[in-house]
Amino acid sequence: MIQPILKIENLHTHFFTDRGEVPAVDGVDLYINPGEVLGVVGESGCGKSVTSLSILKLVPDPPGEIVGGRILLKGRDLVPLKEKEMRKIRGDSVSMIFQEPMTSLNPLFTVGQQIIETVRLHRGLSKKEAREHAVEMLRKVGIPRPEAIIDEYPHQLSGGMRQRVMIAMSISCSPELLIADEPTTALDVTIQAQILDLIRRLNEEQGTAVMLITHDLGVVAEMCHRVAVMYAGKVVEEGSVRDIFKNPLHPYTRGLIESVPRMDETRERLYSIPGNVPILSKEMQGCRFAPRCLDVMDICRQSLPKLTLQEEQHSCRCWLHESQQEDAV
Amino acid sequence: MNSYLLKRVMVLFPVLIGMTIIVFSIIHAIPGDPAETILGQKATEQSKQALREQLGLDKPWLQQYFNYMGDLVQGDLGTSIRTKTPIAKEIMPYLAATLELTAASMLFATFVGVNAGILSAWRQNSWFDYTAMIIALIGVSMPIFWLGLMEQMLFALKLHWLPSIGRMDQRNPVESITNLYVIDTILAGDWRQLWTVIKHLILPSIALGTIPMAIIARMTRSSMLEVMNSDYIRTAKAKGLSQFLVVYKHALKNALIPVLTVVGLQTGALLGGAVLTETIFAWPGVGRYIFEAISSRDYPVIQTGILIIAFIFVFINLLVDLLYAVIDPRINYK
Repeated sequence: MIQPILKIENLHTHFFTDRGEVPAVDGVDLYINPGEVLGVVGESGCGKSVTSLSILKLVPDPPGEIVGGRILLKGRDLVPLKEKEMRKIRGDSVSMIFQEPMTSLNPLFTVGQQIIETVRLHRGLSKKEAREHAVEMLRKVGIPRPEAIIDEYPHQLSGGMRQRVMIAMSISCSPELLIADEPTTALDVTIQAQILDLIRRLNEEQGTAVMLITHDLGVVAEMCHRVAVMYAGKVVEEGSVRDIFKNPLHPYTRGLIESVPRMDETRERLYSIPGNVPILSKEMQGCRFAPRCLDVMDICRQSLPKLTLQEEQHSCRCWLHESQQEDAV
Repeated sequence: MNSYLLKRVMVLFPVLIGMTIIVFSIIHAIPGDPAETILGQKATEQSKQALREQLGLDKPWLQQYFNYMGDLVQGDLGTSIRTKTPIAKEIMPYLAATLELTAASMLFATFVGVNAGILSAWRQNSWFDYTAMIIALIGVSMPIFWLGLMEQMLFALKLHWLPSIGRMDQRNPVESITNLYVIDTILAGDWRQLWTVIKHLILPSIALGTIPMAIIARMTRSSMLEVMNSDYIRTAKAKGLSQFLVVYKHALKNALIPVLTVVGLQTGALLGGAVLTETIFAWPGVGRYIFEAISSRDYPVIQTGILIIAFIFVFINLLVDLLYAVIDPRINYK
């Protein structure tokens, strides 16, 4: 069996606020194999961004803190690592691109300065080498006239170009894992397609594993090998793209897929899952989705189901399937 | 950029002309007669009248104003009634003294203020943050003449570490070339005297720099706190940069613009001369020079002195505006 590049085990990231302790990430288990694209989907506030920030230990502290679990990067646990050790990993073997290309680049430094800074930090190149490398990276992400663009400031570039710059910066040290937190949400649809195409190309050509965080199932179907569906700080279903779309097990996943508008259907209204995402607290009991679930049973409100393997590489956290499995046993 | 500069310089003129009108009106509204102040109360009406004629004070205000402006346009800044010396020549040493004190005060205020502000924001809600902000609050609310007196009592009288008044050791003064004693002593190669000059600067610049320092610290803190929450700071951290680089390179540059504004305004204010501080430390600055002119109704000196200060103030503001564009490429003066 291949060793996953990243394995998250029972991760708990909590926020300590005036209204009490909020378990934003509440026992998440995930893994990403080398060269794989893992999609992490869920509504806003389900903990997907906090999970991604936890991997690089960039959760704002205070109020956030990783209170439990392990984050294994090629077998090495990142949770107990000191800040200094983490800095060697950030931007080097694991790098990240963010949702807002408009605000994620420092407005007062040129594109080149920002890329060169990263390369020199991790690769120890000379100024000249680093600059050449930066031009090379810009060319790789499809920026025209990279020799000129390198000396421009972010405000002189369009949103799509800035996101390309962000990607160039994040791949400049050839990371083994690229975390992309909703990289296309803020972009026009045509630009979205280009950026996704670029990320997929990097994945295919360089073998960079990608953790793609999104709420767009279309993007997942297009891009990912495997999918993890998150709800209220937990992974509720996980499996290959094919399994998830063809045979969704969790009522939440089914609801999500139902909500996607389809070309071949004429409906008056789009389907939507009734109710709202619960306010997270430590006192929650039972399945987090129970209040909104159409197939809710008594047991769902009393105790929390486990994430159990249903078929090969397809697991689900739901009493509906838990019982089936027990029956089978 | 150049056309912008030209436009800004052109705008200076109406500002300064407006300034002369205001100052002229206010001075003439002050009760008191220069002739009587100069000649004394026992002088005869005849001699007073003769002096007024000689000084042109018997003419209508409007004519006096235009005479004054006429001279000004020709580069004649006027002559002191009291000392009969050309003001342009007389005011220079005073201006230099103020310039030196202002520079030292702002150096202290900016260095301490910016760093305290950064550390407070970096370690928000820590004991350092609370202490620094309480000191800043005390700093802005403290009367500076009192602070000056306390400094003198402690560091000069009790501990004998620093001199309490003056600008240098007068027993072997160096030749005044620029009247900026730090520069003069360096030009003369007199390192001992340079050290004395610096020691003379310490107490008054702390007294004068405390309020600006407190304002700068509070401004830096709030500006940094805002910047530290921005997305590009998260990006900088995600790149693996050290905390120091994140704070002092990526955050500080972005937080600098409001701070720069405050530094500019405070520098302008200090250059106007600080009569109280200058008096306490026997500092021969422009504030005291103008204060004395006011006491003796030396109209030309008051007018010209205030005009020069106004000019410097406007000039510094222009400089700050130009610096914005140096820091932030998005600011483009066209």
